Amino acid sequence: MTNPVQALNSARVRGWLYQALFLACALAVAWYLVSNTLTNLATRGVATGFGFLHREAGFEIGESLLSYSASDTYLKALVVGLLNTLAVSAAGVVLATVLGVLIGIARLSSNWMVNRFATLYVETIRNVPLLLQLVVWYTIMNRLPSPREALEVVPGIFLSNRGMKFPVLVEHAGHGWALLALIAGIAAAIAIVRHGRRHREATGKPFPTLPAAIAAVLLPPALVFVATGAPLAFDVPVLSGFNFEGGGSVTPEFTALLIGLSVYTAGFIAEIVRSGILAVPHGQTEAGLALGLSPGKILRLVILPQALRVIVPPLTSQYLNLTKNSSLAVAIGYPDLVSVSNTSANQTGQVVEAVAMMMVVYLIISLAISGFMNWYNRRVALVTR
Amino acid sequence: MSKQFPADQAPVSAGPIPTGPVPPAHWAASYEEEPTQASAPPQANGMTALKPFGWAKDNLFNTPLNTVLTLACLGLLWLVVPPAANWLLLKASWSGSSEACREAAGACWSVIVVKHRLIFFGTYPYDEQWRPFLACALFVAMLGASGVRAFWRPWLAGAWALTLVGMGVLMWGGVAGLSYVPNDRWGGLPITLMLSVFSIAIAFPLSILLALGRQSSLPAIRTFCVGFIETMRGVPLVSVLFMASVMFPLFLPEGVTVDKLLRALAGMTLFTAAYLAEAVRGGLQAIPKGQYEAADALGLSYWQKTVLIVLPQALRIVIPPIVNQFISAFKDTSLVTIVGLYDLLTAATVATTDPEWRPYFAEVYVFAGLMFWIFCFSMSRYSQWLERLANRYTRR
Repeated sequence: MTNPVQALNSARVRGWLYQALFLACALAVAWYLVSNTLTNLATRGVATGFGFLHREAGFEIGESLLSYSASDTYLKALVVGLLNTLAVSAAGVVLATVLGVLIGIARLSSNWMVNRFATLYVETIRNVPLLLQLVVWYTIMNRLPSPREALEVVPGIFLSNRGMKFPVLVEHAGHGWALLALIAGIAAAIAIVRHGRRHREATGKPFPTLPAAIAAVLLPPALVFVATGAPLAFDVPVLSGFNFEGGGSVTPEFTALLIGLSVYTAGFIAEIVRSGILAVPHGQTEAGLALGLSPGKILRLVILPQALRVIVPPLTSQYLNLTKNSSLAVAIGYPDLVSVSNTSANQTGQVVEAVAMMMVVYLIISLAISGFMNWYNRRVALVTR
Repeated sequence: MSKQFPADQAPVSAGPIPTGPVPPAHWAASYEEEPTQASAPPQANGMTALKPFGWAKDNLFNTPLNTVLTLACLGLLWLVVPPAANWLLLKASWSGSSEACREAAGACWSVIVVKHRLIFFGTYPYDEQWRPFLACALFVAMLGASGVRAFWRPWLAGAWALTLVGMGVLMWGGVAGLSYVPNDRWGGLPITLMLSVFSIAIAFPLSILLALGRQSSLPAIRTFCVGFIETMRGVPLVSVLFMASVMFPLFLPEGVTVDKLLRALAGMTLFTAAYLAEAVRGGLQAIPKGQYEAADALGLSYWQKTVLIVLPQALRIVIPPIVNQFISAFKDTSLVTIVGLYDLLTAATVATTDPEWRPYFAEVYVFAGLMFWIFCFSMSRYSQWLERLANRYTRR
């Protein structure tokens, strides 16, 4: 039997002691902060708890994907804010990826001039704060001409200080069917890819996976579309009086935020794509050629799988950054989650609840994205024996 | 740089068996250098580099696609450069009133001439603005000096401490005949510089503790550190700043107040610490396991092992990521404008709201952007240089 003094020499016992001490300190600090907060809230006469969510919000929101009015509840206002965040992030992710991949490839171009242009873009965009860029885009949007003198960038798309106007497809029953057909086609393509892999592994013979999959995705919707009479009518915005009528539109705030986020994040994505492609040794291409693979097959079967293994993890964290950076919307008046929570907190005084909810929502988004990343990493990781 | 070629390279390249006349070590070194420099551009380049036509043929018109791309780029240059040059330089108005600007067809740089004091120093008392100027100059000089490897000695920390005290005296005043300036009147560049440097300086020791805690074998401490790091990295800085500016006052006992600048600094510090902790963790994980085991075998305690064996090696690896984090922190300080602090960006925005100069917002933003760009670009070049240096010493 060891006596207490000897027991202190055991690393395990000391570990428990340190942890107990640490927990005691942490709890004491937490208790101190919570009690201070409760006292302060009580003296200021601020209610606690989440009851305020069901009260009337009383403020308007500039743009919303749901129908929302000032008489709706705070909960609905926050949901509207969240949807706005998700909308601008989703659109930003797509735009930034397209732009970033293009610039990343341009950075590797053998053409000296293309190469320099891409470098100039990357070095400029990455070294100027995003907030400054957003403010500049927003100022530009606000000082565009009025709708009467709107700029027609592409026929049918108008830019003015009221935002961007664009033609939309007039709804038709055929579109719903075509969409269903598209979903069915994607499911069929997944099945074809699986079957192709199994067929190849079982027989060793190649299977025309790619053409079959593309056909499966594209053919059914096209057939349905033609069968329902190819309904292609556009609702084009037309100037009437002081503003446009018809067509779809996005606000100047949304446009500025979307452009700013995409242009900024594309600079980082370009560098990720570039380093990913450079990470595949040239010997791999040569080995592929020596095996008699076609250039397309080398790209698809040799280069891309290895480059993607390097690219995808930092790319996901850029997507995450873009989503978090969309919170800068508050500076240019786009009603995103942060902006709506902020207004709610100011009106009700329930700062703690508002900030906590905002943080929890962002944490959930982050965890979802990093969960995906971990899943992908496990899938593509090198299996070593 | 090439002169400091590591001495341990020489014996390797000279070969172990010296037969015949052995060339001096620096020959070997320069011979080793040559191919790495020359192998970057394709071989054909070396031959035709002197002839512009040959160069253009190899680099701009070597394939049909490249020819099309080059022509497209030239077209773009033709569209962009002449108007840009006209606006920026040729037709710009460099001094005078806003009336002169209205007549000029180009940029109105007189807005910078008139507003530069506001943009740089915000609402700091006009006659005392030599003080923030001196403070910033001191600061930038120290930043530059810290980049020189020969100065990486213990006294540099002392010099920094002195600089910070000196900056405090200059900015606040109240001693040595300087009038007292409360910090809600500070603004512009000093705020941007101080927030970024202080947040990194305070966050750095914190981040080492967090990174060590994350690697700890004690579950309570590990859970706490993982929770803190992941929470901070999962939420946007704006929300952390809101928390710092609105919730901090609630946390403190009644009657105790902390000013806005310190609250924003606290928020930025906690945020930066979480990101830095991940960089430090990368360094800790890069240390070979044998180092830990050797320290254990020598009978060193946990803290002896950490301070004497692990951290010196780990921190050297993470210097480049730390500089990158510093660049991010520098850019992120612009966010404090959202919680109502007067940094460089706020000052620029305020300058554009003057009705007389309102049309010339582009000039002000170009100028503010250039300020940020100069700092960030030089730091990113510096971190690339550091990375090459680190690779050079680890390359065997």
